Amino acid sequence: MTLHIIVLTAFLAFALWAVLARTLIQSTIGLALASASVSIIMFQFDAPWAAVFELSVCTALISVVFVSTISLTNPPPKNEISMLYWDRFKRFAYLPIFLLLGGFLFLTNKIPIDFLAPHIEPEKDFRLVLWNLRHMDLFGQIILLFVGVFGVVVFFKERPKNE
Amino acid sequence: MNNDFSILVNLYGLFVILVFICGLYCIMLTKNLIRILIGIEILAKAVTLMVIVAGYVSNHMAVAQTFVITVIIIEVVLVPVVAGLILGIFQKTDTLDVQKIRNLQG
Amino acid sequence: MLSLLLLLPLASVIFLNLPIGKWVRGTALYFALILPIVQISLLLFGNIAPGAIAPFYEKTVKLGLLFDDTSALMLLIIGILVFCSVIVGNFLAESEYSKFKFMNLVILTLLAMNGTVLTSDLFSLYIFIEITAIASFILIAMNKDLFGFEGAFKYVVISTIATLLMLSGIAIVLMVTGESSFSAAKAALQSLDSCHVIKLAIVLFLVGLFLKSGMVPFHGWVPDAYVAAPPAVAILLAGCATKIGGLYSLLRVFDSVFTINFQIQSVLLAVGLISAIIGALGALAQNDMKRLLAYSSISQMGYILLGIGVGTPLGKAGALFHFFNHSILKGLLFTNSSAVENQTKTRDLEKLKGLGSRMPITAVTSVIGSLSTAGIPPLSGFWSKLIILIALWKAGFYTLVLFAALISLLTLSYFLSMQRQLFFGKDSVVWKDVKEADFSLVFPALLLASITVGVGVLFPYIVGSIILPFKGSIL
Repeated sequence: MTLHIIVLTAFLAFALWAVLARTLIQSTIGLALASASVSIIMFQFDAPWAAVFELSVCTALISVVFVSTISLTNPPPKNEISMLYWDRFKRFAYLPIFLLLGGFLFLTNKIPIDFLAPHIEPEKDFRLVLWNLRHMDLFGQIILLFVGVFGVVVFFKERPKNE
Repeated sequence: MNNDFSILVNLYGLFVILVFICGLYCIMLTKNLIRILIGIEILAKAVTLMVIVAGYVSNHMAVAQTFVITVIIIEVVLVPVVAGLILGIFQKTDTLDVQKIRNLQG
Repeated sequence: MLSLLLLLPLASVIFLNLPIGKWVRGTALYFALILPIVQISLLLFGNIAPGAIAPFYEKTVKLGLLFDDTSALMLLIIGILVFCSVIVGNFLAESEYSKFKFMNLVILTLLAMNGTVLTSDLFSLYIFIEITAIASFILIAMNKDLFGFEGAFKYVVISTIATLLMLSGIAIVLMVTGESSFSAAKAALQSLDSCHVIKLAIVLFLVGLFLKSGMVPFHGWVPDAYVAAPPAVAILLAGCATKIGGLYSLLRVFDSVFTINFQIQSVLLAVGLISAIIGALGALAQNDMKRLLAYSSISQMGYILLGIGVGTPLGKAGALFHFFNHSILKGLLFTNSSAVENQTKTRDLEKLKGLGSRMPITAVTSVIGSLSTAGIPPLSGFWSKLIILIALWKAGFYTLVLFAALISLLTLSYFLSMQRQLFFGKDSVVWKDVKEADFSLVFPALLLASITVGVGVLFPYIVGSIILPFKGSIL
């Protein structure tokens, strides 16, 4: 139980850092570390496939995309930065209040577990479930890849000059 | 067993709601377009965690892992598309400030 | 046979992108035109109960498709609107390459919407809603102008939050029942006595789906997204994509998984009524043609939600019929607005005056569309609104009937003022050399207008055979 609490607190702390950080690179690192802590939680819950996917894709790939986007755009000019810090502090100072409010509201009305666990023995092997039972999801993923390719082509490809 | 699950679900539910509030706050109150995308990602992480907890409690871990992997693939396609939008806005207006893109009043 | 509706578009997209040669790009238009025609003809003339004619791959690829009358109606709407959108988009495209990308994205959107209405699993519904949404973002920003990027960005943020809320609801359903398909989840939920966590799941689903379908108070993104989209994309978006993602999913989830009790019913009726009122009031104050049509969309979708919220089979039949009518009519009105915008290069209602004699066909079809949306007999909009009002009256919500009739009057007023300003004002010298729009912009308008008039005039003959059996399938 203590391990659960430690990793969950790390997740919340990294998410807070990603929101409150000063520069965008620090926010990206915070997001990557939050993804890593979610991956550790998944390992604890005996879900190794999802954990490996989350670690390799969300922690690494998405961070690379973010860093490349950040490097393709310019930061705001120097004279605005100090003004921005004070402005951000005033705006984000209310966040701990909302967090405490949310936590308090939750702890007073807890989620009751008044349902029984199902008795049927489900399919345990992840590979059999994915490839035999969820064909529609696989079909959706194929379409999603096509849509992603077209999205990248529409946004990132310059029109050829002699067409 | 029921009591143990109850403590676990409540603990995870508490943290998922707190991270969700962080993400929503980030989306609503930030001035930088890229930070909005980071906020969306934080929300997606929180919901992924909830799916895993749901799978653990109902003993359907294989189905929950399938869900999580599909959600990660959706995220992986969404992030470059939105990054493309952000880069397009940046090329047209040379700024990433949210308040400068209020051309559509409405 | 049913899975052909999913596999044929995928095969066309793969074929169009094979590295055979440059000539393949020219055939994109024909694929994009043939696919909706195949879809409509399969629906009207073919025999596609699942399992009727099983192709050879049915043993290995078990897609688990669900097909009832509601899905059939949705597939028909998707086919008609994609056909019109392709014709308009073919004319308005900027270059051959841009046309090729548009056709591919439209075929992918067709595929995703078919998947949304044919699936029988909560999580597959979520996946296909996300795919439709991502394809819509790319379509809105396709011309790479600043308005397109802004509208697409606002739409992205709100749509992603909405689908993440829906996913949380699906996670809670998984936790309680361990299943995610419609029939299994319904059976498991009915065998539980009372479960408070399901109320949280219902609230999450409701908020997510209201966000996605543009109901008040979450309607802020609808005018921006519709105005920012290029004209051909606006036809597709207003007619299908926001409706199938939002309202159809609401109908399906609350039919097949959750049962509507009194609290949910009052929430649906309240949100529907407020959306209808605020949409109509917002449309009265607009000068931009597309923005007026967007607020009118919000108002009509509130009407459909009123029909769903009544809870009786007659109400649901009325809601589905109004869904069909509204898709056709919004497609018609957006086609007309794109024709006017193409010929006069502006959408401002204060500047456009007296175009009726110069663009006669556009004027006539636009008047038909406006009158039908406002509910004038004998056009089809009148019958669907009448069925919803009768359903409300029979269920005992008399004040709602009064409000709904008042909203019909408001709808008539803003549409009539728009038509009078646009087409029947004094002839202005500014627009004296404006001609009728091109055939590609006029033909879809004629087609949609004739469907409206046909359904309206033939309604007393088809009410028994086609309209009322809808209530049998969604009990």
